[in-house]
Amino acid sequence: MASRLLILLGTRKGAFILEGSPGRDAFLVRGPFCETMPIQHLAWDPASGSLLAGAGSPWFGPTVWRSPDLGGTWSQASDGITYGDDVPAVTRVWTVTPANGALYAGVESAGLFRSVDGGVTWSHVSALRDHPSCAGWQPGNGGLILHTIVAHPTDPARMWIGISAVGVFETRDGGSSWTARNRGVRADHLPDTYPETGVCVHKFGLHPANPERLYQQNHSGAYRSDDGGANWRDMNAGLPSHFGFPLVVHPHDPETIWTVPLNGDDIGRYMPEAAMAVWRSRDGGASWQRQADGLPQQHAYLGVLREAMAVDRLDPVGVYIGTSTGQLFGSRDEGGTWSLLADFLPPISSVEAVLVDA
Amino acid sequence: MALVHLPRSLAALLPGIPRHLDGIPGETVAEVLRALDAEWPGTWDRVCEAGPRIRVHMNVFVDGHRAQLDTTVAAASTIHVIPAVSGG
Repeated sequence: MASRLLILLGTRKGAFILEGSPGRDAFLVRGPFCETMPIQHLAWDPASGSLLAGAGSPWFGPTVWRSPDLGGTWSQASDGITYGDDVPAVTRVWTVTPANGALYAGVESAGLFRSVDGGVTWSHVSALRDHPSCAGWQPGNGGLILHTIVAHPTDPARMWIGISAVGVFETRDGGSSWTARNRGVRADHLPDTYPETGVCVHKFGLHPANPERLYQQNHSGAYRSDDGGANWRDMNAGLPSHFGFPLVVHPHDPETIWTVPLNGDDIGRYMPEAAMAVWRSRDGGASWQRQADGLPQQHAYLGVLREAMAVDRLDPVGVYIGTSTGQLFGSRDEGGTWSLLADFLPPISSVEAVLVDA
Repeated sequence: MALVHLPRSLAALLPGIPRHLDGIPGETVAEVLRALDAEWPGTWDRVCEAGPRIRVHMNVFVDGHRAQLDTTVAAASTIHVIPAVSGG
């Protein structure tokens, strides 16, 4: 059956869906959806065929939007996304991730929720906030946010999550207990440079063919683990800075990754030398190549947020980047050349590339 | 039985809810919101947060006066729910 390529965007003013032509050279923009609520993450659940959007409205609070028909109709609900009345409020849903027949939501103030009815109701995976480090969790610039959820591809009991300015945690028992996984990751913003928790993970991922290999883009560098996160080593050599947000893994090659370094955390957080570039490694982070053909090389005072880069599963793989200034760039040749696919969108929080049945 | 006025932006989140509702029971703001939530699930969560309290960037007025959840609602009160300009 033929497939449709959809680029899903979460933005500051709602969700957008871009429908790609068969040649990936033209995209029809649909939106904004979700009542122009700030959408942190627009995702697709292949099991149900539904779109899911993690949102946080300054007026109406956190919620999850659902569309069963690829954007034709939408509804929202947040039943169960709460810690109760005696603890910090949940303010935004930062990520919605399908895994093991369920949906998981990461939220601000950092925590994990699970839904088994397609996002209609949610329950708190409370053991994470029972970790002894929780009392000392401090927010990053974007808040105290659980922004990344990565499920082991074959072991349903294993999952990793990432919390800004706290670090990576892993469960090996389906969420009943959690272990910090930050050994070897540096925290330049703390006097203890290698704390157990307190590192500022920005994004991490794995390839299902080698699930013990994790890659991480952190506030203080890029890292790789070969033992499921138990230990990390610096793979920043060759990159123009230690600071960046997104990182994605090639869908077919576990050794190929992309990241988008910015100039630094306290000198503007824009493209190094104001020249936009993506950096690719073909050898698991041992070396890096700058990819910029077709990207603006002057006055690129823009950034790319942690969730705003994605790859499709076509051959050659397409790569897509959404910027903080509302541009969507795409490459049809694994980053070799780039073109502007859409402009004048609201600031982009998230990008996903999915293939659905035509 | 209060008369309740809702903003367009809130009504858009709760399918089928009218913007102007008459005869809503409740002796406090909280009870009125619970009554609305019973018929239009999700109303409470969009207006209130943990505490419980009215969300920081939402305002509720009873007969023209800014109210909290425990504010008394009289038999013929008019309630306005209005998003605050501080919310964007």
